Amino acid sequence: MNINLTLFGQMVTFAFFVWFCMKFVWPVIIESMEERQKKIADGLDAADRALRDLELAQNKATDQMKEAKQEAAGIVDQANKRANQIVDEAKVQARTEGDRLKVAAEAEIEQEINRAKEELRTTVAGLALAGAEEVLEASIDDKANRALVDNLAEQL
Amino acid sequence: MAGENPASTTEYIQHHLQNLVYGNHPDTGWGFAHSSQEAVEMGFWAIHVDSMAWSIGLGSLFCWMFLRAAKKAHTGVPAGWLNFVEMIVEFIDGQVKDSFHGSNKMVAPLALTIFVWIFLMNLMDLLPVDLVPSLLAMTGVHFQKIVPSTDPNVTLGMALAVFILMVYYSFKIKGTGFVKELTMHPFNHWAFIPINLFMETVGLLAKPFSLGLRLFGNMYAGEMIFILIATMFAAGAGAGLVSGGLHAQLFGEETSALFWLVIFVLVAGVCWLNLKGKVSTGKTVLLSMAFMAIGGGVFALGGGLMQWGWAVFHILVITLQAFIFMVLTVVYLSMAHEDH
Repeated sequence: MNINLTLFGQMVTFAFFVWFCMKFVWPVIIESMEERQKKIADGLDAADRALRDLELAQNKATDQMKEAKQEAAGIVDQANKRANQIVDEAKVQARTEGDRLKVAAEAEIEQEINRAKEELRTTVAGLALAGAEEVLEASIDDKANRALVDNLAEQL
Repeated sequence: MAGENPASTTEYIQHHLQNLVYGNHPDTGWGFAHSSQEAVEMGFWAIHVDSMAWSIGLGSLFCWMFLRAAKKAHTGVPAGWLNFVEMIVEFIDGQVKDSFHGSNKMVAPLALTIFVWIFLMNLMDLLPVDLVPSLLAMTGVHFQKIVPSTDPNVTLGMALAVFILMVYYSFKIKGTGFVKELTMHPFNHWAFIPINLFMETVGLLAKPFSLGLRLFGNMYAGEMIFILIATMFAAGAGAGLVSGGLHAQLFGEETSALFWLVIFVLVAGVCWLNLKGKVSTGKTVLLSMAFMAIGGGVFALGGGLMQWGWAVFHILVITLQAFIFMVLTVVYLSMAHEDH
């Protein structure tokens, strides 16, 4: 309980430990802590930035999607239009083709009719001639009367 | 060890409050004091070997532990001991930043040293009062106070060092302003200079004095109560219903420490079995109490409970005192840095 040299001993010891702590302990720990604080702050910043970037990217993606949808809709519209056009064209073509075929068929029918007429004419001429021959009984000159008969047949 | 009669109890207490002193005795020359009387006769140029050894040892422990953390310090995720150290450092840093506004690289490490070192010194108070002194007594060292902060030399020494820093920084920062503060305050007139000087000097000196004595008083009182509780064990060992006869039969009057060792082993064994899941908690408490009662009777049982209660309360006290010493040091140094 007496005050003695211990007082100064303690003062010296105290000074030494404070010096030690000040030189080797405190700066090292506080520095690493501050550095870590900075690192964490940077990390949080980066996370925030990344979040913002993500939002931007999402917005961009949404926009692009919308655009693509619009484009697709346009393409579909165009395709529909084109298809209608093709159908219309085909209809027109079919109609002209039909008309053409009809005309050709009509022409053929006409031809057939003419041929039949001709044949009929020839046959009738022959028959008439034969009839006349029968009637006149070979007296008549075939050559001389041919023109007559032909003329007659042409009037049929 | 104390006996039942008041005289030996007083002796026991006084013995516990006596430091191990090395010094030059006018009659016997250089050596350890063999009684408190001799210690007083050695005068000022003697040293408390136990106080110095424990305080230097604990300070070195602090330095070593924190240096280990500092060497491992990195910017990654801290773990284990480093984490704990960083927690303390951050706490101190926050306290210093709150109350110290000057720019001084020394204040924060100073505060850390004060806080941890004083805490460690106070922590010695929680060791059983007889443990270390009894063990050392076996090796022939007769006085031992293992709590350096119950030695006014230690607390006042630290306070004095803080005081020197206060005066140094006051002169360094304020220069003549400090002299003015001492002489022209609180009455700003030349005629009042002697009165001002007296009042301010008393105020200035009161700071380190109260700083040192507050810590000393608290720790001394705490130690004293531990010692008083310990006397109950000793009284109980003599007066215990069973043990009184058994103990005297087995060991005689002197060696109650061995008897207590048996009780300690029994109680610790029951606690260990409880932790292993072999004995229920209720039975553990009852058995422990029974062993204590057998060992030392009602006194020892009461003493055990009181020891436990006071120790729990003291954990708060030692931390608080270390904290107060640190905060006041920072505040005083902050005042020294404030230029009006």
